[in-house]
Amino acid sequence: MSTYQEFIQQNEDRDGVRFSWNLWPSSRLEATRLVVPVSCLFTPLKERPNLPPVQYEPVMCSRANCKAVLNPLCQVDFKAKIWACNFCFQRNPFPPSYAGISEVNQPAELMPQFSTIEYIVQRGPTAPLIFLYVVDTCLEEEDLQALKESLQMSLSLLPPNALVGLITFGRMVQVHELTCEGIAKSYVFRGTKDLSSKQIQEMLGLTKPAAPGQQGRPVAPQEAAASCRFLQPVHRVDMNLTDLLGELQRDPWPVPQGKRPLRSTGVALSVAVGLLEGAFPNTGARVMLFIGGPPTQGPGMVVGDELKTPIRSWHDIQKDNARHLKKATKYYEALANRSAVNGHSVDIYACALDQTGLLEMKCLSNLTGGHIVMGDSFNTSLFKQTFQRVFSKDYNGDFRMAFGGNLEVKTSRELKVCGAIGPCVSLHSKGPSVSENEMGIGGTNQWKLCSLDPSTTLGVYFEVVNQHNAPVPQGGRGAIQFVTQYQHSNTQRRIRVTTIARNWADAQSQIQHIESSFDQEAAAVLMARLGVFRAESEEGPDVLRWLDRQLIRLCQKFGQFNKDDPTSFRLSESLSLYPQFMFHLRRSPFLQVFNNSPDESSYYRHHFVRQDLTQSLIMIQPILYSYSFHGPPEPVLLDSSSILPDRILLMDTFFQLVIYHGETIAQWRKAGYQEMPEYENFKQLLQAPLDDAQEILQTRFPMPRYIDTEHGGSQARFLLSKVNPSQTHNNLYAWGQETGAPILTDDVSLQVFMDHLKKLAVSSSA
Amino acid sequence: MSQQGYVAAPPYSQAQPGIGGYQGGFGAPPAQPLYGHYGGPPQGFNAPPAAGMMKSPPTSPAAMPPPPVSSQYNPSVQQNGAHPQRYASPSAASPPYGQPSHSVYNSMASPAPPTQQLANQMSAMNLGSYGKSHPPPPTSSAAQQHFQTPAPAMGQPQMHSAPAPHMASQNQMSPPQSPLTNMPASGQLMGGQSMTGPPMGAGPPMGGQSMTGPPMAGMNRPFPGPPPSGQGAFQQHGTGPTAPSGYPQQSGQFGGLMSGPQPGMPGAFPGSPGGLAGPPQKKLDPDSIPSTTQVIEDDKARLGGQVFSTNIRGQVPPLVTTDFTVQDQGNASPRFIRCTTYSLPCTAELAKQCQVPLASIIKPFAKLPKNETPLYVVNHGETGPIRCNRCKAYMCPYMQFIDGGRRYQCSFCNCVNEVPVFYFQHLDHMGRRVDFYERPELSLGSYEFVATLDYCKNNKPPNPPAYIFMIDVSYTNIKSGLVKLVCDELKTLLEKLPREDGAEASAIKVGFVTYNKVLHFYNVKSALAQPQMMVVSDIAEMFVPLLDGFLVNYQDSRAVIYNLLDQIPDMFADTNESETVFAPVIQAGVEAFKAAECSGKLFIFHSSMPTAEAPGKLKNRDDKKLVNTDKEKTLFQPQKGVYEQLSKDCVAQGCCVDLFLFPSQYLDLASMADVPSHTGGSVYKYNNFQVATDGEHFLRDLRKDLQKSLGFDAVMRVRTSTGFRATDFFGAIYMNNTTDVEMAAVDCDKAVTVEFKHDDALSEELGAFMQCALLYTTISGQRRLRIHNLSLNCTSQLSEMYKCCETDSLINFFAKSAYRAILNQPVKNVRDILVNQTAHMLACYRKNCASPSAASQLILPDSMKVFPVYMNSLMKTAPLVGSTELSTDDRAHQRLSVMAMGVEDSQLQLYPRLIPLHDVDASGEAVPAPVRCSEERLSDSGLFLLENGHAIFLWLGQASPPDLIQSLFNVPSLAHLQQEHMFTLPELDNPLSKKVRGIISELLEKRPNSMKLQIVRQRDKPEMLFRQLLVEDKGLHGGASYMDFLCYVHREIRQLLT
Repeated sequence: MSTYQEFIQQNEDRDGVRFSWNLWPSSRLEATRLVVPVSCLFTPLKERPNLPPVQYEPVMCSRANCKAVLNPLCQVDFKAKIWACNFCFQRNPFPPSYAGISEVNQPAELMPQFSTIEYIVQRGPTAPLIFLYVVDTCLEEEDLQALKESLQMSLSLLPPNALVGLITFGRMVQVHELTCEGIAKSYVFRGTKDLSSKQIQEMLGLTKPAAPGQQGRPVAPQEAAASCRFLQPVHRVDMNLTDLLGELQRDPWPVPQGKRPLRSTGVALSVAVGLLEGAFPNTGARVMLFIGGPPTQGPGMVVGDELKTPIRSWHDIQKDNARHLKKATKYYEALANRSAVNGHSVDIYACALDQTGLLEMKCLSNLTGGHIVMGDSFNTSLFKQTFQRVFSKDYNGDFRMAFGGNLEVKTSRELKVCGAIGPCVSLHSKGPSVSENEMGIGGTNQWKLCSLDPSTTLGVYFEVVNQHNAPVPQGGRGAIQFVTQYQHSNTQRRIRVTTIARNWADAQSQIQHIESSFDQEAAAVLMARLGVFRAESEEGPDVLRWLDRQLIRLCQKFGQFNKDDPTSFRLSESLSLYPQFMFHLRRSPFLQVFNNSPDESSYYRHHFVRQDLTQSLIMIQPILYSYSFHGPPEPVLLDSSSILPDRILLMDTFFQLVIYHGETIAQWRKAGYQEMPEYENFKQLLQAPLDDAQEILQTRFPMPRYIDTEHGGSQARFLLSKVNPSQTHNNLYAWGQETGAPILTDDVSLQVFMDHLKKLAVSSSA
Repeated sequence: MSQQGYVAAPPYSQAQPGIGGYQGGFGAPPAQPLYGHYGGPPQGFNAPPAAGMMKSPPTSPAAMPPPPVSSQYNPSVQQNGAHPQRYASPSAASPPYGQPSHSVYNSMASPAPPTQQLANQMSAMNLGSYGKSHPPPPTSSAAQQHFQTPAPAMGQPQMHSAPAPHMASQNQMSPPQSPLTNMPASGQLMGGQSMTGPPMGAGPPMGGQSMTGPPMAGMNRPFPGPPPSGQGAFQQHGTGPTAPSGYPQQSGQFGGLMSGPQPGMPGAFPGSPGGLAGPPQKKLDPDSIPSTTQVIEDDKARLGGQVFSTNIRGQVPPLVTTDFTVQDQGNASPRFIRCTTYSLPCTAELAKQCQVPLASIIKPFAKLPKNETPLYVVNHGETGPIRCNRCKAYMCPYMQFIDGGRRYQCSFCNCVNEVPVFYFQHLDHMGRRVDFYERPELSLGSYEFVATLDYCKNNKPPNPPAYIFMIDVSYTNIKSGLVKLVCDELKTLLEKLPREDGAEASAIKVGFVTYNKVLHFYNVKSALAQPQMMVVSDIAEMFVPLLDGFLVNYQDSRAVIYNLLDQIPDMFADTNESETVFAPVIQAGVEAFKAAECSGKLFIFHSSMPTAEAPGKLKNRDDKKLVNTDKEKTLFQPQKGVYEQLSKDCVAQGCCVDLFLFPSQYLDLASMADVPSHTGGSVYKYNNFQVATDGEHFLRDLRKDLQKSLGFDAVMRVRTSTGFRATDFFGAIYMNNTTDVEMAAVDCDKAVTVEFKHDDALSEELGAFMQCALLYTTISGQRRLRIHNLSLNCTSQLSEMYKCCETDSLINFFAKSAYRAILNQPVKNVRDILVNQTAHMLACYRKNCASPSAASQLILPDSMKVFPVYMNSLMKTAPLVGSTELSTDDRAHQRLSVMAMGVEDSQLQLYPRLIPLHDVDASGEAVPAPVRCSEERLSDSGLFLLENGHAIFLWLGQASPPDLIQSLFNVPSLAHLQQEHMFTLPELDNPLSKKVRGIISELLEKRPNSMKLQIVRQRDKPEMLFRQLLVEDKGLHGGASYMDFLCYVHREIRQLLT
């Protein structure tokens, strides 16, 4: 094993796991002193082209409260055909099918390179995937047309056997029946009436009236038949649905002057959830909500229909002036929970220039693993391509989406699970490995991920419970097993098991080792997730203070300095970038609401808590590339000093891709040099960042906003707001020099931040 | 009134005091003076004649006549004499109109001396009175006839065979005198006319046309008593040339009257002298009692085909059964308004005394025959119609312009108003505006104003109304084939939506809903390739799922609608849903209209009791045990709550509901029809509907209903001149307060019966005015005001009042008030009240107006001589008969349908036409004259057609000649008739078949509702249904025969008199 860098990379590639610490402090006390908890970013469905799933059932520990899956860490007695669980030490006989087992004939799950293994299991009938479109019709004609086209196009992307349904809403909510010939039939609900799931199902005719003494589950075929009317296999209703979508009209109810259209998003969602709940409980399903504005009536209404009352802003919320906020949030949370219980996920595609109520509705996606996509209009490539990408396929031709996920975390005795942060809900499974100390969604060792894709990443937080006076035996290893059951997009049920182990280390004697095992990138993201999680419920400044405090404590713990001498402060290489991440995190839209609408904040946070490490880091600290005649493109500091007249900059903040042409370049371009054959190289220079941007655009989900700007352009603000303001109008010494562009801001620069940090870290009073 | 009367326990609980019921209204004492007068003179005069009368009538009619005649005339003459003098001054003011002059006359008349009283009566008759003055001799003769006839009638049956004939044929009555009377009458008339001629050019013709005579005569007869004065009077008349000038018109009319009445006058009737009804009755010749058919025929003969000009106040129009042409000359046509009496008693006391209800039956949208001018539309532009500042009455012919035309005095409240500048016009030498004939609102009885925005909801012009077809697609309706039938029919029928005259297409929009337990709305926007169906299952809180595309213009969306109508039957072909909802269906309609901001009509085709869990859910509460108990009323009462509110909502939105029911069992019609019956809607019911037998019948109804011309979102207000006011309203209406009659829609067959009460004494001179103003939205979405004006006479003479009564209107009022009363009282009480009131009305007449005669003699006012038969028929109708054999729904249905009926319909309902067909002249045009509705008129070898506006029967006597059967059915004999023959006549190419089918289709055409043709053979079971309609016979489910009833009434009268 060469370096931790490589080790970390290797582990991530194989298991999709990145731990904040790769050596674990052996006692609770030591662990708490490390400030950053033992935790990991785990990507349950990390794409593993080289991992063919095995076609049999996993072997599980027979102890009822353990049920750990046989893994390479288990001790195996090949003679006795017995294996010992490495979590509970229960000795289990192998099942009969393993009779032929021997040292030379080992099943895959015992081989070390299969620390992550995927099983295909045959359980129950396979249910087709379900896509339920919930479409807002209160759109501008142009938008609606674009949306209709996107939806029609999407039909061709769906697997032919997938069930598809359509609900449209405006002032009323219409559930369209898809089988009708000759006449388009739909069930209509009033947009203002909160209906219970039972009422909805009754009204849709999904329940047999007064089924006497409902014994267990109602008969399946009957149920399917009933729901068939609304959810049909794509291949059967392709034509019908295409026509139906084609005939969709804008909401016909007149909208008086000075009013918003009446949009019954709340009821529409309620109907969608109720429909699926009744027809397909515990089956993978996607509710795809397309909205062009905020809900304006009925339950879940976010803003009234009077245009003169604007939709709530952060200012209103802080002043407790947002009338509908609490009620609406509560409403959508209830829906989200119901939806999550049944394993249905909700996507929100919100395209409008103003806010659409994502703040209130975000939980729908957050809890159920759905996507949120935010755009200006459905008639933009941002939406069109993003939506198309939802249906992208992997190397096997399978959709990059999975349903009904269930993640269980098992730990060896020295560890307990504190919680997880990500697009999941707790299953409230209390086991021996559940810690009382909650971080994120805690109190359980199982979570439901209604929908997940290969990049879905959870932060999982642990607690070392080993007591200081009960040292772990030398060379002992702690183990964690992630068991992810899910419905693959080809409708198979699968179980992916990842078992990892890390060495214990005595923090007192081996602090250097522990320090060098620190994964500062993972730690930054994990801490950031904690911060964002807190920000959902706490005041912004409190979160920042907490974050600062943690940073200072970490620096105090691992920094080398002389007391009260800031200049003497040094951090080791493994921690050197961490403060900088924190600096940018503090400035990020995840924690700062200034200049962001509540919807935007919700949107940013939504993506932050589900992307993998790389993407998360980009979000925290955007990447800046510089293109010039002086050499090949190079990454440069995210600093105002990087903004030079003869450079083209490409900034990727995950949400935005900004191409910024320096002053000189912009002038050249304006002068049209790129058109002249003799300036072919300039043309190439201009083209280079575009190509690179295109590459990012190809893969990123959701599609970032693409911005092409130049020095002095209004859109340059996207760049200027991100870079470290090392030069501002305040430090005049940089004025007029060629070293970059001053930023007109009162924000502190990284330099100031670091100085301050050092001062506090070394302070003896702290 | 009636309601109060009936509801109030005290007045009615006592059977006999029936009168009491009216006391409240009519109680004013003034009546006495009249009596005094009357009595006074009578004693003086009458005594001799009376005695003579009494004795002589039976034996020697001829003898009698002369005296009475003279007496009558005398008074009138005196009046004339008197009037002229008084008249002179008033005439100046009144000249413009014939009517005003009348009023003057009346007023004049009342003050007249005793002798004049008679004249008053005469005069009250309007023209008649005048005429009388001239024709004294003749009239007297007529009157005598009456007297005599009555006497004879009664007496004859019992005593003399000879008299009977008199009764039977009025002519017989008259013969003795008629020659004399007629002759003189005409002569006098001539004279009278000549007299009148000068003053009022118009007068004479009017008189001739109006022909009010007949009723007058009837009245007269009873009164004729005082002959002595008569002669004197007559002479006076002759002498008083001055008078004539004032009267001329009247005289002219009178003349007409005289001639008319004489023939038909069997006003009085012989009670059984014996007094004991039982034995004598049997001896009575049925032909001797007053015959409705005869009365009708007489009226036809007298007035049929003539022109009725409405220029005279208090003019009694021809019977509803008579064909006549109306010329609007200042009063609303009787097609629009009919009154129970055209001469109101002056005081409440008088009214109370006689117990004759004062009511008008207003049919604001009555269909006018082609030869009558449709209503003129007056547009005053932005200012809107001109109205009295105080009472808000609309400008009408009764307004008196004064002060050189700068101001006008409201004839309703007497307020003096400024004439708006733009409306100013000079007056001519008669005090009449120069533009009198140019402005309908100054010269006509009925006209319309264009309403301004002030009269519109939310001050916005209304949208064109809409029709929504709501089809119950539950199992029953699918299986019976109804759904398909309706859908197929609608395709062609929608082409014929009512439209404005001259409009290319109807402005009415159409929408479609189907439903069972849930509602399905359809988007039939023209832009769609195929219709869209929207299911609303939220029946607890109904709403309309779409706006655009639901209510569409039929012309534009025809293709989509066709598509839809084709598909509906198939879509539900395999339904097994048998539960339905109902209230939410109506609610949906209301919501749709609300959303579209228009008014309109729902056509609901419904099959069964709404038992699905939803608002307005009904349960079977049909309990035959309740019949004939105090709780029977609950069977007629709608269930409270949902439907009440729904009616209110409907009316507020102008949503009329027409309900077509296809029940196979009880469906609580009382509740289901609650909304239609408050929104101006109709309820049609087809029991055990089968396409084969009822399909055509139903479609006829649907076609008629859909094509009816009507107004929407209507509010009616009846204003009256001081002294009386409208107090109660009956009809398919909704009352939010006590004065505004609200109707979601009102069509050409819906009538509102309005009852009046005295506030104060009325003046004979001024008369009484009423103005019915109806604010509504036309079928093209224009807001209009329809105004009907009517002027009535007032009289302090009961005899005059009785003379001007109209039986058909009276019975309409009684039917409605009784049908309403059964909601609150046991049916038996209501029947008792009816009998008592009948007896009281007649007794009062006998006591105060008829000349003294034997107590055993039944004397009926001429105008009411067939009143008992109607009354008896009314009491035998299903709602009132209280029999467990009748379906509760049918009873409720009949009750409700009568509530909205006009006079024509109620008349037919209560006295069906029985037309003999066996000896019809197949080649001729004429329809055989109906015969009396009695089994006795049937003959074993006869064929009869019987129709009452709701059902039509072809009755085949047992011994029908085979050749008739052959020509009608193409089968050799009755025995060969199969079931399939029982509902339709085959189309055969022979004169008889053509003739009979022609008669039937003509009837079907004429009636507002379709009638199901049923062919019944004598002694077959279905004959029961047929026999039910023979109203002169004993009722199948109880109820007396006409004869028995008459005897009973007679006995009651005698009791009252003693």
